[in-house]
Amino acid sequence: MGKRLGMEVAVAVAEAVGLCNIDMAAVYPITPQSHIAEHLSDLVADGKIDAEFVTVESEHSAMSAVIGASGTGARSYTATSSQGLMLMHELLPIASAMRLPITMAIANRAVSGPLNILNDHSDIMPQRDAGWIAVFAENGQEAIDLSIQAFKIAEHKDVMLPVCVNIDGFQLTHMVEPLEMPTQEEVNQFLPPFVPHATLHPAKPVTMGAFAMSDYFTEIMKAKDEAVKNSKKVILDVWNEWGKLFGRSYKPVETYKADDADILMLTMGSMGETAQMAVDELRDRGVKAGLVKLRLWRPFPFAEIKAAVKNAKKLIVTDRAVSFGGPGGPVFSEIKSALFADTQRPLIYNYIIGLGGRDVAVNEFAGMFEKVLADTGNVAADTYEFWGVRE
Amino acid sequence: MTLKSWKELPIGCVVSEPGSASEYHTGSWRAQRPIWNNDKCIKCGICYVFCPEGCVQQSEDGFFKANMDYCKGCGICAHECWPRAITIVEEG
Repeated sequence: MGKRLGMEVAVAVAEAVGLCNIDMAAVYPITPQSHIAEHLSDLVADGKIDAEFVTVESEHSAMSAVIGASGTGARSYTATSSQGLMLMHELLPIASAMRLPITMAIANRAVSGPLNILNDHSDIMPQRDAGWIAVFAENGQEAIDLSIQAFKIAEHKDVMLPVCVNIDGFQLTHMVEPLEMPTQEEVNQFLPPFVPHATLHPAKPVTMGAFAMSDYFTEIMKAKDEAVKNSKKVILDVWNEWGKLFGRSYKPVETYKADDADILMLTMGSMGETAQMAVDELRDRGVKAGLVKLRLWRPFPFAEIKAAVKNAKKLIVTDRAVSFGGPGGPVFSEIKSALFADTQRPLIYNYIIGLGGRDVAVNEFAGMFEKVLADTGNVAADTYEFWGVRE
Repeated sequence: MTLKSWKELPIGCVVSEPGSASEYHTGSWRAQRPIWNNDKCIKCGICYVFCPEGCVQQSEDGFFKANMDYCKGCGICAHECWPRAITIVEEG
């Protein structure tokens, strides 16, 4: 049984990663960063974990360094945020194409401009098609649990893909929360040693990341797509095992009071807990409201989403990023496309909320439910709106 | 060479056989080829030095020629050849 403690979530994530026997971490200190990097550097400097801490001159170099280290068979970790993730962007599809099981924490923050760096999801959304497994934490406990699980999922022989754990910047990373930290023995029991699919070693030379022309590029992309899709089975197995070992179960899609709900809201990340309070308020008023929380973003859990929303009349999808000039927020367009062919599906509404760190309080989530319920002519269905924008 | 299906690719497309790049004949990319005029050639070897593919070889008589399995026809040898002994001609 792990120890119960109060700790800043970013520090707790670094502590959790410290339990995972990492061989190296490469981070750049401010582009912007979180205390994950800072505390990992403390753990290494204090001799508490036996790992190389590589200080690099940019996030591009940080991702390059973890790619190189992972290629040698080292369990490699990095953390970033906002502009730093944008600078890593070029390397992300390379890490997944080379099937290197890197894990990375993303303290989700807004992308410039204007310079902002407060919490939203505009940093992760442009990385959607990089071929990384992507999960979203709702609270501090999930942030540390998902961080430990990420190594096991990434390094599974049937997966061998990088994983990013999305943790809302500030709203989660900078909060002190009550957490249950697994013990070293528990993590040792859960997490087997990393067995790479190939390693860079002079004794047995291999080439990683070789050139490929049009006669092979399509086949390589197909193989990568299948690898990402197939990772879901392992993700489910690892989450089941975690539930048995630690008593906290994880599913690709979580629901709250959704079974008999007429109107559902979908959230991703930390705002789920606030929206949950709004659902309780509406239930008290006799409205059959419910919540769907999307934890697994890639591979996208089509079957679970369909099952979670099929009986509702209306579904409000919240997005924390903008697809400028596009069909709506990125989560909205994916949900819409996932449900497009289904004859029995709810009308889908989209609110873009909480951009650049703007708070969305319980009464505002309740307000979204009320506004959609009031749309009896369904005129706003299939459209998107910037919630709370000043006209 | 039979092309592999996506299912047959090694994980991460790791190339496990060192030096196997020589099996890939980059000469198939070529649209133009270099022709040496040995009357002008002074055997300085600058074409050998500058060839990015490493496919220019010196013959026993001291003159140079390209291994056409690998020559991409980039023309760098002709550009660098200061006695103007190399000309680039269209393939086919």
